[in-house]
Amino acid sequence: MGRITATGLSWSVKRNRLLDNIDLEAHDGKIVGLLGPNGSGKTTLLRLLAGLRRPDAGAVHYDDTPLRDFTRRVLARRLAVVEQDVSSHDNLTVRQVVELGRTPFRGRFDPLTDTDEQIVDAALARTNIADKQHRSWHTLSGGEKQRAQLARALAQQPREILLDEPTNHLDIRHQLEFLELLGTLGITCLIALHDLNLAARYCDHLVILDHGQVIAAGSPETVLTPELINTVYGVDVLIDHEPTTGILRVTYLAPAYVAVD
Amino acid sequence: MTIVAATLFGTANIGPLDVISTILHHVGLDAIAPTEPLPKLLDALIWESRFPRVLLAGAVGIALTVSGTVLQSVTRNPLADPYLLGVSSGASTGAVAVLLLGIGGGSLSLSSGAFIGALVSFGVLLALIGGGRVSNPARVVLTGVLVSQFFAAITSVILMVNGDANSTRGFTYWLLGSLAGARWEPLILTGSLILIGVVAIQFFAPALDAFTFGWDSAAALGINVTAARVWLMILTAVITAAAVAASGAIGFIGLLVPHAVRILAGPAHRVLLPLSALVGAIFLIWVDTFARTAFAPNELPVGVITALLGAPAFALVLRRVGS
Repeated sequence: MGRITATGLSWSVKRNRLLDNIDLEAHDGKIVGLLGPNGSGKTTLLRLLAGLRRPDAGAVHYDDTPLRDFTRRVLARRLAVVEQDVSSHDNLTVRQVVELGRTPFRGRFDPLTDTDEQIVDAALARTNIADKQHRSWHTLSGGEKQRAQLARALAQQPREILLDEPTNHLDIRHQLEFLELLGTLGITCLIALHDLNLAARYCDHLVILDHGQVIAAGSPETVLTPELINTVYGVDVLIDHEPTTGILRVTYLAPAYVAVD
Repeated sequence: MTIVAATLFGTANIGPLDVISTILHHVGLDAIAPTEPLPKLLDALIWESRFPRVLLAGAVGIALTVSGTVLQSVTRNPLADPYLLGVSSGASTGAVAVLLLGIGGGSLSLSSGAFIGALVSFGVLLALIGGGRVSNPARVVLTGVLVSQFFAAITSVILMVNGDANSTRGFTYWLLGSLAGARWEPLILTGSLILIGVVAIQFFAPALDAFTFGWDSAAALGINVTAARVWLMILTAVITAAAVAASGAIGFIGLLVPHAVRILAGPAHRVLLPLSALVGAIFLIWVDTFARTAFAPNELPVGVITALLGAPAFALVLRRVGS
């Protein structure tokens, strides 16, 4: 189980500061949720953490190794990335998609070894799409596509996974299934999410971004307060625990309703 | 086998053993040649005309097919093809510039002019689509049309202002794509450029596979995306330019063959690249054989036939992309 640490990360485009002095940590197989309105910098932050963009200031560490000491290939052997809505025009089978996860372990001309095949099998089984492995990727539903992407990530045998709103475009059942699955992996995950209720339920720790800054961080219970949500999202909410399950519940109050109040 | 068989076809009456032994005599393997050397005229026909032409068809077939395969992956666009993207137009502009404007002061041949023109138009195309950053297929193809029309317009201006009826006619033939000019000396240069380029491209098969879900996805799989892209573009530009300079504008083969091979062998580039190269070579050798024999003694430009086959194929791919 790996650890991701970001210290003092900043990033600007044309003097426009998109991320400002970000600190965060994810470790020990915990699921850390990254919340914030559109444009708050969630995707940008994930890109910096994945080494896809270079920060202007600050550092990222995987365990105790600075990100800049990794080659792309070596990093890909411990860190996997799941994007929100990828597409391909190639007619790939599900298994071929998952096999891409072995890319950082294979030589340029090496065929897949038996070990590679076993790892791919395990990833397919783990994400419960082994029965669809010979189907064409294009014929899958949105939920199945994301499970296949997660299987591809697992085939990288990662110690950490970064996920950028992986449940966008999924129906409720598939959102729940996906996050439930993530919780059983025991891999350190940093996941950008939109839905506050899902975040409250499935994340061990939350980091709230607004205008490129960390506004709050901590357990869902401590972070998700009506005041904070009003500040960040500009929406009034009721927060309570659902009586039968005891799960933290965020109820949105429509702006018109608030006005009457 | 294809090489020998395709060399056979033609107006003169030659047997397969004649072809094999002529080739063996010329490469110094007289000892294992099945028959005595042929009369000088036939020998020259086989060795100086037919055989290099078949080899050139093979080399050009390989180059255009591999180029199409790579462009389709790098631009993430199933409609990418060197001809459609305007590279051939650039080559013709380069060729007329050398031929009629005397650029290079006589030190440049038509092929080197075409080679440079192809590289220039390829560069312009890449600049316009941000080195492949633009992934909208329609925009990539329209950019290709734009590049193609622009260079075609320059070519026309040069031809109208400086050309006479003769040079215009000869040039039109070249424009349509023909392998009739195959000779040993340029073939060796063209062939080596293509061979080196195609072998080097094979090193990037894992990168081409990883590009399927986009740049960031590939980078997250451990691919050095910038380096892979730059090398692939340079190598593709060189093999395409070499092929177009040697043969004119042979279109659609880079679209037709890779898609056909994908249907049979799947999208993995470790297999797709060598297999489509092989199929591309065989395909163009036979199409060219057909082009020079079907209406003998008249010869069809081979590009006309590839277009006849390729345009419907393009429509099919377009339909699949649209759905």
